Amino acid sequence: MVPAANPRSYYGLPIVKRPAWTQEVPWYFFVGGTSGALAATSMVARWSANAGLERRARRLALAGALISPALLISDLGRPSRFLNMLRVFRPTSPMSVGSWTLAGFGSALGAAETAELVGLPAAMVGTAEVAAGVLGPILSTYTAVLLGDTANPIWRGARHLLPFVFSGSSMASAGGALCVAGPVGDLRSARLMVVAGTAVEQLSFFAMERQLGALAEPYAEGRAGTLNTIQRASSLLGAALIATLGRRSRLGAAVGGALTLVGSAALRQCIYRAGFQSAEDPTYLVRSQS
Amino acid sequence: MTISSPRQASVPLPMWQGGGTRMGFFTDTSICIGCKACEVACKEWNDVPDLDPSWSGNSYDNTLRLGASSWRHVAFVERPRPDTGVGVQWLMSSDVCKHCTRAACMEVCPTGAIFRTEFGTVVVQEDVCNGCGYCVSACPFGVIERRADDGRAFKCTLCYDRLKVGEQPACAKACPTQSIQFGPLDELRERAGARLEVVKNESGHEMAQLYGADETDGVGGFGAFFLLLDAPEVYGMPPAPSYQRRDVATMWAAASVAAGVLLGGVAGAIVWGRR
Ligand code: SF4
Repeated sequence: MVPAANPRSYYGLPIVKRPAWTQEVPWYFFVGGTSGALAATSMVARWSANAGLERRARRLALAGALISPALLISDLGRPSRFLNMLRVFRPTSPMSVGSWTLAGFGSALGAAETAELVGLPAAMVGTAEVAAGVLGPILSTYTAVLLGDTANPIWRGARHLLPFVFSGSSMASAGGALCVAGPVGDLRSARLMVVAGTAVEQLSFFAMERQLGALAEPYAEGRAGTLNTIQRASSLLGAALIATLGRRSRLGAAVGGALTLVGSAALRQCIYRAGFQSAEDPTYLVRSQS
Repeated sequence: MTISSPRQASVPLPMWQGGGTRMGFFTDTSICIGCKACEVACKEWNDVPDLDPSWSGNSYDNTLRLGASSWRHVAFVERPRPDTGVGVQWLMSSDVCKHCTRAACMEVCPTGAIFRTEFGTVVVQEDVCNGCGYCVSACPFGVIERRADDGRAFKCTLCYDRLKVGEQPACAKACPTQSIQFGPLDELRERAGARLEVVKNESGHEMAQLYGADETDGVGGFGAFFLLLDAPEVYGMPPAPSYQRRDVATMWAAASVAAGVLLGGVAGAIVWGRR
């Protein structure tokens, strides 16, 4: 007699495909997300007449806006066709919305920086900065819609909480980047961003795991599990350091900021990896649909 | 216990009129004999590259999955007869892209490379695809895939080129038992309904079901649907696939709130952080 096949799967083979994306994608989630929150920081700093913070945040954001497209293009199967991303605007596609957002965001930041360098009126710098500052938070969170709008059980199942994980993480990493870059005036605002951002990030992540229930298993296993431990430890330790030692010592703030950045990057890697593990075992998908 | 062929079903086989109507496949797995003629015909006609030859040990199935270079895949479930427990029951099914009514692959494609044809089928324009890979994660059935050496995404075209000249798709033409039937979708659905009655009543397959014939399902029905003899997951297919625009709308709503939280948090930190 032939041994009974598992009645709930076909030889244990995956039903949905593993993500086709490469490492560059979670790195982009991190860099783009941080950059988006920094642009918002720059906009608000201008309004509160903190020119030092405004400039520093904008330059850091610009660096991220320059790295982001490079990461995305190298992930493409046909990098030479990257301009096809802007061939049409497709509101049904989070990737199309994101590509246009990134294009507008980078252009606005570039325009603000250029306008300031060549000495154009401050109002022009400010206008470009507002454009970047408004697009920034969208850039930080649309990537969660990108993941949620797939058939992947661990992403799709958390589609309403992922945006909060990403927005909190982006706020924290923007504050972390400012702490590492060093003080302009003082770091109080940056430190507050780290603490508040980490709180939103970790609470949302916890809520996400709770909501997923059994589907959250990959977050505790394999590479995603390891990355989860790293992200949680780094983020919490970073925020704790910032809230305590960071108040008095520049070194403490810099180390805390670096840990926050590591935690935020590991968080994106963790979520990305979990998508692979979730797709590989068909029982997750079947369970999520029965 | 015999299963009558579809020719004996009450609805006669219609001819394809072509143009305007939505065309599709009805894959009646109850009469699939696992010959893989569909797989071969598809590869030949569409010039689909071969896979690395390997032996899976999973019954007669060495193709294992649909993908960039397998657009038809015959699944073989080999198990003890569920009724008596003695002897072997074979379930064979030729899987294919579902050409969904609400096709996730097409909706998420950022370049517009994936489009709906005049036959209601879903096709990738290979001269536009830039290999972003989004459709791969979006497809609820794990159908479409990026070809590693080429970088672009490929899947069944429902033989768009053949349909254009009034021919039927290569797999349907090659199928010796008419397990794969091609035609106007509404006629196929009617025929499938009648066929299901026959299979259920005459052969005692209690689990027999139509999969994807219902327009009210999660993806609005398949353009290529099936008669299965057991649950979809037994054949490696999702039990309740879904793609809804309103789901995407709620995600954007959540993301907007999250973006607001970010902006508010940053503003609060800066205002509060000011001495
Ligand atoms: S089965 Fe997958 S590849 Fe085929 S139309 Fe539906 S979503 Fe697209």
